[in-house]
Amino acid sequence: MTRPTEPEKTPSVTRIARFAPYAVGVVLAGMLGLSGYLIWAAVGPQGVGLSGAVTGRQIGPGIGGDFTLVNQDGKTVTQDDFRGKALAIFFGYTHCPDACPTTLSDMTDRLKALGPDGDKFNVLFVSIDPERDTPALLKTYLESFDPRISAATGSQAQVEDAMKKFRVYARKVGEGDAYTYDHSTAVYLMNARGELVSLIEYQARQDEAVEKMRRTLAS
Amino acid sequence: MRFSLLAGALALAFLVSPAASAHEIKAGALVIHHPWTRATPKGAQVAGGYTLIENKGDSPERLMGATFAAATAVELHVMEMKDGVMTMRPAVGGIEIPAHGSIEFRPGGLHMMFTGLKSQLKEDDEIDGTLVFEKAGTVAVDFEVQSMGSQTPVEGHDHDKTN
Repeated sequence: MTRPTEPEKTPSVTRIARFAPYAVGVVLAGMLGLSGYLIWAAVGPQGVGLSGAVTGRQIGPGIGGDFTLVNQDGKTVTQDDFRGKALAIFFGYTHCPDACPTTLSDMTDRLKALGPDGDKFNVLFVSIDPERDTPALLKTYLESFDPRISAATGSQAQVEDAMKKFRVYARKVGEGDAYTYDHSTAVYLMNARGELVSLIEYQARQDEAVEKMRRTLAS
Repeated sequence: MRFSLLAGALALAFLVSPAASAHEIKAGALVIHHPWTRATPKGAQVAGGYTLIENKGDSPERLMGATFAAATAVELHVMEMKDGVMTMRPAVGGIEIPAHGSIEFRPGGLHMMFTGLKSQLKEDDEIDGTLVFEKAGTVAVDFEVQSMGSQTPVEGHDHDKTN
């Protein structure tokens, strides 16, 4: 396609008139696009449907559900042990150098920021690494964080089942004792009825995260 | 108002002026800025190490490895976030620091992974280590332990006591 050559020095009025509708169209499309973006920016990142944090695909309803795990005291726990309060649940492992201790530390700060409302949350750190993360190790690990945070692991099958319910991605990388995981880092915020309300993405701003937690309590 | 502007300007001037006691290590053409790590939870076996390495020389340099006194081993890792999933891979063959360039190790990105921690890292501790370069050889450094959730380097509680 060749570029149109320089228009004549005096563009005719008819030519301008001919292109005017297109120009208007382009402007309108631009405005539409911009407003669409603004709506997305205002609603999208908050909305569960557009967040896309877990697998890169849309997150619809049906996230969460029944699970059976073993907590840091070696006691079997199910979803029912966490109903009646809101639940902030996330997945990781203790041999994780970055995202997991950071998230636990952030959750500690967020619970503090919530004040008395912090008591209306259960916070559960689920280890995707049952091979190394025994309940005893999890219990020790938790000592460095807010006492309202609990942890759980389970058999490989139990952990995988919970991951599937929450559509958590995790993949073991490396061999021997030194393996790591590629894994989802978001915190799922479920209301007291076990419905997903929102997600806190990794390295979210603390005030935004706390606001999402408040909304979860209100929903 | 005018006073606060002036105060702000002064504060800024202090911030950007090269602090006499900045936490940095020079080795030939290399400047290693503020090696740091983070406090670890009890029982944790791993930690991340971070720094910014500047190469003022005319030829590229390569970080081949590192040691950390409180760990049994150190790995160099490339990390990235994609669609909410954090992925991590060993940096095979080291990390190049381009001539007249720099490379930053930071949370959520390129980092040193300290494995087999011998003790819990506590905020404000300083831990000895080394960085091993292809040309400059082994350089002794000290890692400052920042708070557990820190995302950015905070230079010096101990080093930068202002007058």
